[in-house]
Amino acid sequence: MALLQISEPGMSTNPHEHRLAVGIDLGTTNSLVASVRSGVAETLPDAEGRHLLPSVVHYSADGVTVGHEAKRRAALDPLNTIASVKRLMGRGVEDLKTLNGHIPYEFVAGEGGVPRIRTAGGDVTPVQVSAEILRVLRERAEASLGGELSGAVITVPAYFDDAQRQATKDAATLAGLNVFRLLNEPTAAAIAYGLDKGQEGVIAVYDLGGGTFDISILRLSKGVFQVLATGGDSALGGDDFDRAIAEWIMQEAGMAGESDHQRMRKLMMDACAAKEALSDSDETELSIQVAGDQVWNGCITCEQMNCLIEPLINKTLAACRRALRDAGVERDEVIDVVMVGGSTRVPHVRQRVAEFFGREPRVDIDPDRVVAVGAALQADVLAGNKPDEEMLLLDVIPLSLGIETMGGLVEHIIPRNTTIPVARAQEFTTFKDGQTAMALHVVQGERDVVDHNRSLARFTLRGIPPMVAGAARIRVTFQVDADGLLNVSAREELSGAHAAIEVKPSYGLTDNEIETMLRDSMSHAREDMEARRLREQQVEADRVIEALDAALAADGEALLEAAERQAIDAARERLVAARADGDAETIKRAIQGVEKAGEDFVARRMNQSIRKAMAGHRVEEFE
Amino acid sequence: MAAARASTSEAHGAPVIPVNLDFSQNHFELMGLPVGFALDRAALEDAYRRLQGQLHPDRFAQSGDQERRLAVQGAAWVNEAYATLKDDTRRARYLLTLQGVEFNDERDTASDPVFLMEQMELREALEEAPEAADPLGRLDALSGDIAARRKALSAQFAEALDADRVDEAKTLVLKMRFYDKLRDEARRTAERLEDELL
Repeated sequence: MALLQISEPGMSTNPHEHRLAVGIDLGTTNSLVASVRSGVAETLPDAEGRHLLPSVVHYSADGVTVGHEAKRRAALDPLNTIASVKRLMGRGVEDLKTLNGHIPYEFVAGEGGVPRIRTAGGDVTPVQVSAEILRVLRERAEASLGGELSGAVITVPAYFDDAQRQATKDAATLAGLNVFRLLNEPTAAAIAYGLDKGQEGVIAVYDLGGGTFDISILRLSKGVFQVLATGGDSALGGDDFDRAIAEWIMQEAGMAGESDHQRMRKLMMDACAAKEALSDSDETELSIQVAGDQVWNGCITCEQMNCLIEPLINKTLAACRRALRDAGVERDEVIDVVMVGGSTRVPHVRQRVAEFFGREPRVDIDPDRVVAVGAALQADVLAGNKPDEEMLLLDVIPLSLGIETMGGLVEHIIPRNTTIPVARAQEFTTFKDGQTAMALHVVQGERDVVDHNRSLARFTLRGIPPMVAGAARIRVTFQVDADGLLNVSAREELSGAHAAIEVKPSYGLTDNEIETMLRDSMSHAREDMEARRLREQQVEADRVIEALDAALAADGEALLEAAERQAIDAARERLVAARADGDAETIKRAIQGVEKAGEDFVARRMNQSIRKAMAGHRVEEFE
Repeated sequence: MAAARASTSEAHGAPVIPVNLDFSQNHFELMGLPVGFALDRAALEDAYRRLQGQLHPDRFAQSGDQERRLAVQGAAWVNEAYATLKDDTRRARYLLTLQGVEFNDERDTASDPVFLMEQMELREALEEAPEAADPLGRLDALSGDIAARRKALSAQFAEALDADRVDEAKTLVLKMRFYDKLRDEARRTAERLEDELL
């Protein structure tokens, strides 16, 4: 009998000792650090009173600069100034090649496929660059709080996969931080909001940043924040609004589709400025450099912009609908909608979200700071400063975890939106007689077909004793801890053969992959079903052919007339042909053809084996 | 039950609130609920939050590796118990496994021809729903129908279990699973339709 004896952790520390703990929002564009002081969570400014730290690092032979100063050097020394490093976290060299023109840096392949960026200050990994940002924030916090930090809570986007989470954790360790916990950004916002308002009930967090969209549905009750469902689109944000406006301008101004890179950058900035101007006026003037010195003057109204971004907002609302359905919650049960991220400043976004949920969204906490504030509140609790605090976070995994099965299909073992930590097991069996090893492929994603999901790890279970197909019992166990990190083990139940792997991929998905995966899981479900049906029929065809061949080899001579044998062989040929290039329905009919042709043969074999089995037994044994 | 292990906190003289977790308990015992199909949802929610409040790894951020590991296992176990009891089909199936009934997911299936015919008809109706005049409305109606039929089966299951008609109860669980699959299919179809509307 297993017995677990655990003491109440809050009580285990000296009650008079206050541990210094911080929450850090490590953002793509800007980063923030916050802490709870005298019971109030607030972001900490630098010596010059600035709260936001630009997530930019400059390397030179003389040393490293971070933040505002580094940002200033970006224009003069772009190749040695690293910005938006968050996009590179947990990525491999191969992934970076497909991040198209977005990244101007020079990469060199490092150990284990981890890319390094070549700078005047030496080759650096994305983890090291992030660590520089975190180090500056740690020093800022220690200076303002007056002591060494006991630990930190670092926020990550809800869609971050294992590799990206692991990389973030590694960066924090490198920066000399003790990581209490990685926290999903929307969940952090919910804490900041919920604790502030003392709310009870279901709330929605709508988080629209520059490049990503996250929606989380949470139930708040007596200090427990239970994430019911999370969803979103990892490639949808304010940048897409800018792009839509820029495309409109190009059309209006009659600009060619392929203007040079410099001009396109300028155009995107003009589009962004127009978007911001339209936040508090009905129309704004445009003056765009078209070609050479030629300038186009025009005007865009709020209404025009709203039309342009409408399809993008609709996409976010579709994700909201899906998250509500996953959560098992009706729209009118949502008592509050919390807005996070700079793009929620666009009035039309607020209006559409208000219409969708039937209530005005809450914007009373600064959408730029709310995530860091929530992380600080959680850090304070985890540090043990609030032994009586009831606050507890129950989070979920954002994407389903599964195993590849025969025919390239995916068997989901832990579905998306399952509360973590979690352990689940599933039994599999062998496909061939005498099979002694089984290759296991761990994948993450929503699609039924393995090629469309993200590959997390591969390992092999060996030492399965030879048995007939389908007799071995292989139990595969998935375990996910509170940080969302996965362990997989496999065991053959009869022999005890065992294999395990800690899933730590060396790099994660590319932006394109994430985008494609999410879009595909939404719009290609039908195609999936057809592909699935086809693969199922192909696997079934293989099984039928193999079984038939074995039966013919064993009893074909003894039990079949020549004409019968011919009919079976003909049906078998039709099935082989259908298996090679037919659709699911054709294969299915061919399988039925073989079954029909072989009906008598099967019956005779059955009778024969029963006679054999019964030979020498008395009748009463079978009663 | 084994004797309580002295915790490190006791060594510091700090007060200790012991949580005894006995992994041989069944899910109902763990949640402090009577073993049976009828469920007090509020009591389940309360017990779940109380147990996670004591066991979640976040409560042990300042503890040693071993306690943290135990906490992960304990919290995972509580999550599993909660998920199992909350869902009608899973709870029904679990009640039968407690009685020694075995399920084989590969082989076990419902064989009642009337039921299978009804399943085929519902499946066809789902497949045809996207072509209806108001496809989402049609799907909502079908989902309601599926939920109602599943609920009726739940009631039959409760009766069969009470009367110790185990074989009948097992057949009913297998049938409930068919409705779960239809429900999931209806959900996927609705998601697909919504995406296409954009």
